[in-house]
Amino acid sequence: MFSIEHKKYLRNIKLRKFFIRFFQIFIIVLLIIGWQLAADLGFINTFISSSPKAILNTIISLYNDGSLFHHLWVTFYEVTVSFVIGTLIGIVIATILWRFKFLANILDPYLTVLNSLPKVSLGPIIIIIAGAGTGSIILMALFISVIITIINVHQAFMNTDQSKIRLLQSFKATHSQMFFKLVLPSNFNNIISACKVNIGLVFIGVIMGEFLVSKAGVGYLIMYGSQIFNLNLVMTGIILLAIMASLMYYLILFIEKRF
Amino acid sequence: MILSIKDLRKIYHTKQNEILAVDNFSFDLKEGEFVAIVGPSGCGKSTILSILCGLDKPSSGTITTKDNLKFGYMLQGDNLFEWQTIFKNCLLGLELNNEVTPESKAYVRKLLKTYGLEEFENAYPSNLSGGMRQRVSLIRTLATKPDLLFLDEPFSALDYQSRLAVSDDVYKIIKKEKKSAIMVTHDISEAISMADRVIVLSQRPSTIKNIYEIKLTDKSTPINNRKAKEFAKYYDLIWKDIDYHV
Repeated sequence: MFSIEHKKYLRNIKLRKFFIRFFQIFIIVLLIIGWQLAADLGFINTFISSSPKAILNTIISLYNDGSLFHHLWVTFYEVTVSFVIGTLIGIVIATILWRFKFLANILDPYLTVLNSLPKVSLGPIIIIIAGAGTGSIILMALFISVIITIINVHQAFMNTDQSKIRLLQSFKATHSQMFFKLVLPSNFNNIISACKVNIGLVFIGVIMGEFLVSKAGVGYLIMYGSQIFNLNLVMTGIILLAIMASLMYYLILFIEKRF
Repeated sequence: MILSIKDLRKIYHTKQNEILAVDNFSFDLKEGEFVAIVGPSGCGKSTILSILCGLDKPSSGTITTKDNLKFGYMLQGDNLFEWQTIFKNCLLGLELNNEVTPESKAYVRKLLKTYGLEEFENAYPSNLSGGMRQRVSLIRTLATKPDLLFLDEPFSALDYQSRLAVSDDVYKIIKKEKKSAIMVTHDISEAISMADRVIVLSQRPSTIKNIYEIKLTDKSTPINNRKAKEFAKYYDLIWKDIDYHV
């Protein structure tokens, strides 16, 4: 039912898509094989750079002694909790600042200072306040993610289409109606992008926290591995993190597409 | 008389300056009348509408309306919510005033049907043409059953052909629903073809330069009105009043 030209056009799109996917997989396969070959042939020092086989073996042995999912779960739990709390607190505070512009103007320099302060420096204080445990790790992740969420989401709220605001004003809408009818739904995409930024920041916070204080988690694995000079363990931790982080990123993409 | 404006005056304050936007603006609107306000760009036409519908406060002057007068405001552009269906968009004003009832919903459905948008009830704004979107925007305004409509350059976002067609549509809808309307526009021919009276404003500060009672032979719809033999005469008069300096 389509003309030949149109079929050609469709085929080109399909081919392009196929080749993109092909090269994406090709690169990772090439990297793994290259890495393994270099290790087998002695081009690289496997003590420092490890090798795919060694990493796989480490994962299997972690799995066999039952600690693999424990560590993954601990990190996943900390990331999820801090992500959810951080995003919610950020949005709530951004909403308050949107509603009370006077307050927003007053707090502006404080937010700027807090945003530029390297939050890792707060580590020692956080440990003293929250103790050497999960609490400290979550608090660290919150410190890193909340401020930037507030700034980004507030900025987005303030940029809501002015003529739509006037439209609602002409219907005599209250502030809360304005927020739930217009500001929140029209900024859905901005909130999702804030979430994408957040998930990365929360990972940084959690791993930082696990480096400082922890008895379990992927960050702990990496730290422990480096202390006993087991670089296989360190590499394994990094690979596990990469997988986890990308899975959570795709989870957000999935949620975005659902709506 | 449903609306009476007396000595309206509006000053805008900025840090450097104060700007007298509107001065000495008085006129009365009769029931069922369609009044157009034209004037050079930036003369404060829209300011007058914002004040009339309560979005802005006048610096001085009085506005008296008939008791319980309800008004609806139609802005430049349609401002439809892309994330809601056409039907939901039309209910916006009702929802905000907690007036969503089976009757009001039925009224909105009737409006959509009358104006040829029935099948798009569950579509999203992005699926509609510019003219259709503008009609939805008008239905959204009409849904709250206003007695008086304020139209702020309602067609300026449309291309010329749709502009003619939609202004025809909107005019018919307003007349059919027996509403009064005040329309601000920079388009002289649009004003003459639609309005019963045209108010010409001067450069800032806006004061009334002239008011024309538009009397056309065989007055009917805006597109037909453009063919009336008096059309050019009015156009000429208003053009001279506006006094464009390019």
